[in-house]
Amino acid sequence: MSSYHLDHLEYLETEAIHIMREVAGEFERPALLFSGGKDSICLLRLAEKAFRPSDIPMPFLNVETGHEFPELIEFRDHRAKELGAKLIVRTVDEAIAKGLAHPAPGEISRNKLQIPVLLGAIEEFQFDCAIGGARRDEEKARAKERFFSFRDSFGQWDPKAQRPEIWNLYNAKVNPGENMRVFPLSNWTEMDVWEYIKQEQLQVPTIYFSHERECFRRGGQWLPVPPPHTDAAKPDPYAGARPKPNEPIKRLVVRVRTIADMISTGMIESPAESVDDIIAEVAAARVTERGTRADDKASEAAMEDRKKAGYF
Amino acid sequence: MPHSPHPIELLRFNTCGSVDDGKSTLIGRLLYDSKSLMEDQVEALEKSADLTGGGTINLANLTDGLRAEREQGITIDVAYRYFATPRRKFIVADTPGHVQYTRNMVTGASTANLSIVLVDARQGVIEQTRRHTYIAALLGIPHLVIAINKMDLVDWKAERFQEIRDEIEGFLPKLGTFRDVKFIPISALNGDNVVDASHHTPWYEGPPLLAHLENVHIASDWNFQSLRFPVQWVNRPNNPTDQALHDFRGLSGQIASGVVRKGQPVVVLPAAIKTTVKEIWSYDGSLAEAFCPQSVTLCLEHDIDISRGDMIVGLEQFPGLESNLRARVCWMNIRPLQANKKYFLKHGTQTVQAIVTQIEDRINFTTLEPEPNPATLAVNDIGAIRIKTSKPLIYDGYTTNRLTGSFILIEPGTNATVAAGMLFPPTEAAKLEYTDFAI
Repeated sequence: MSSYHLDHLEYLETEAIHIMREVAGEFERPALLFSGGKDSICLLRLAEKAFRPSDIPMPFLNVETGHEFPELIEFRDHRAKELGAKLIVRTVDEAIAKGLAHPAPGEISRNKLQIPVLLGAIEEFQFDCAIGGARRDEEKARAKERFFSFRDSFGQWDPKAQRPEIWNLYNAKVNPGENMRVFPLSNWTEMDVWEYIKQEQLQVPTIYFSHERECFRRGGQWLPVPPPHTDAAKPDPYAGARPKPNEPIKRLVVRVRTIADMISTGMIESPAESVDDIIAEVAAARVTERGTRADDKASEAAMEDRKKAGYF
Repeated sequence: MPHSPHPIELLRFNTCGSVDDGKSTLIGRLLYDSKSLMEDQVEALEKSADLTGGGTINLANLTDGLRAEREQGITIDVAYRYFATPRRKFIVADTPGHVQYTRNMVTGASTANLSIVLVDARQGVIEQTRRHTYIAALLGIPHLVIAINKMDLVDWKAERFQEIRDEIEGFLPKLGTFRDVKFIPISALNGDNVVDASHHTPWYEGPPLLAHLENVHIASDWNFQSLRFPVQWVNRPNNPTDQALHDFRGLSGQIASGVVRKGQPVVVLPAAIKTTVKEIWSYDGSLAEAFCPQSVTLCLEHDIDISRGDMIVGLEQFPGLESNLRARVCWMNIRPLQANKKYFLKHGTQTVQAIVTQIEDRINFTTLEPEPNPATLAVNDIGAIRIKTSKPLIYDGYTTNRLTGSFILIEPGTNATVAAGMLFPPTEAAKLEYTDFAI
């Protein structure tokens, strides 16, 4: 009897596959949020395990801020093509042009502007469910979120009125206009994600590994120097995100631990060149992954506030 | 977080107890003393301590992640935390203590291997202690820890510890079926007997809490008896260009109990057709056998009409197949249970309509005895009901199978999850006059 035994990764995997298949079984028009980041890379492998030899029965959706690392976009497009999946991309720029999103004066991060873009895409394609790679160990508001996280017709999360979630019986019922966000990796930690990437020999974008890059210091973090502004006819998309004269540029050996966009991702100094190196680094880490995310440092309830408004 | 190259087990536990018994503090202490806290988390704690706490770090702020929780200093919803030691990984559900959040406790405890019920040594056993211990037993959680907290405030008196222990042991037999029960004297605030053994309790011979969590035997918590495979998703590639894929017809799902082997005879319910397992398909290659709770795709010898909600079972022992059922439910909605109202009932991978035909009893949490014929069940009440479903359920008693013996009720319109239900064992196993499939 004791030979019938799952180790922790196998257990997390079977739980996540079960959730993916519940989505396919319960929803009419689900989508899978795929950014090219490490968590959503795991989601794709889990989708393969859940649905092969059939096609993955849902399109991939990504919301671009316009400030992405080019390596990430390249990786995302390549992986979607490799899996034969349909990839839908909606951008903050389009949403601003259409008047759906309005940048706050002086705010250079487009993090919050992703919300109307995501909600717009959900409406445009009538998605009743979006699978995301969020994990509960990332942040304490997320620590409270269900696997099946209900959103009302405004896309809002109400943390005080979450549906009880008992056993593995997920209540997937939504009325027209409402939708569900589903997080199969809820119980995974950062370490689990890297161990799974190693076990499954998954490719990840090169920026997770150490490389030389020009950085500057701001807000206690090393931020990447954005690409040069070439098209003088257009306003600089990175205005405000460029180093100021009192912020000297340094060439460092860095990598990303978590990826937002170039404006909100702190680079960490690291010699990690392989997945094994990264696992060793995560094991020894003394700050959380989101300690390098400027978007979460705004206030103690920064994530809770964004989630209530319809964030991922 | 220590990293181990060896396979390690996962233990899921929840903490419960009354308000201010120190649940969140205990988890904070486990994380803090096992070095699972990161510098920025400690920094955030210190920041909020300076602002609101008069300078003392409040370990509870680690798990109370919502603004309303920090404002009120209580836990409203289940918070999940993760930590690891070289022996095990842990998923912790910190569940709320207020009576009005009993439903959240059920949420946090339903998937746990182990429950920690905290008792304030000064107050002793109160109704919430009985309620939470009862719920842990009702949910079939195999392992129970009674952590008698704030022992520092009763001067570490062994007599006080023993008194509380005796009282709890007095009512435990009424609850039935814990595999093991452990009593531990602790001070979560000061860390005594949490990670490190306390020098205040020379009279206590057991391990500190963390050592117990690392060592409690959980390998046999899963049910490896009779095969139950609820069909979750029909896997049909319908690929016109690849002949092998064109004909592929798999049944995807998670094994709810037992073991399935290639070549094994099985019966498909409710159609009651006998066939054999031709292949156990998985992304990583064909398997000779698979077991609970693995997610696999079964291919059967015969092409039978099967859809989501059907169940594939072994021949050893058949489940019940009935539409008139008895169950114990925990009511979770502000609107009380209404007899003769229609609800949706989700059981395994199937959702049917259901009517509650009778409320048989309601548990009195002071006596832990059922009181017959209540008018209704209100939020957080637990009672036995009779229920009729629009289609027979393929089920087992909850005490033998947590996955095929459980259901939720969903209110039409609002789609609220209004009840968690645990089925009583079938009065008789389905008498199947199954057809041997013959072409």
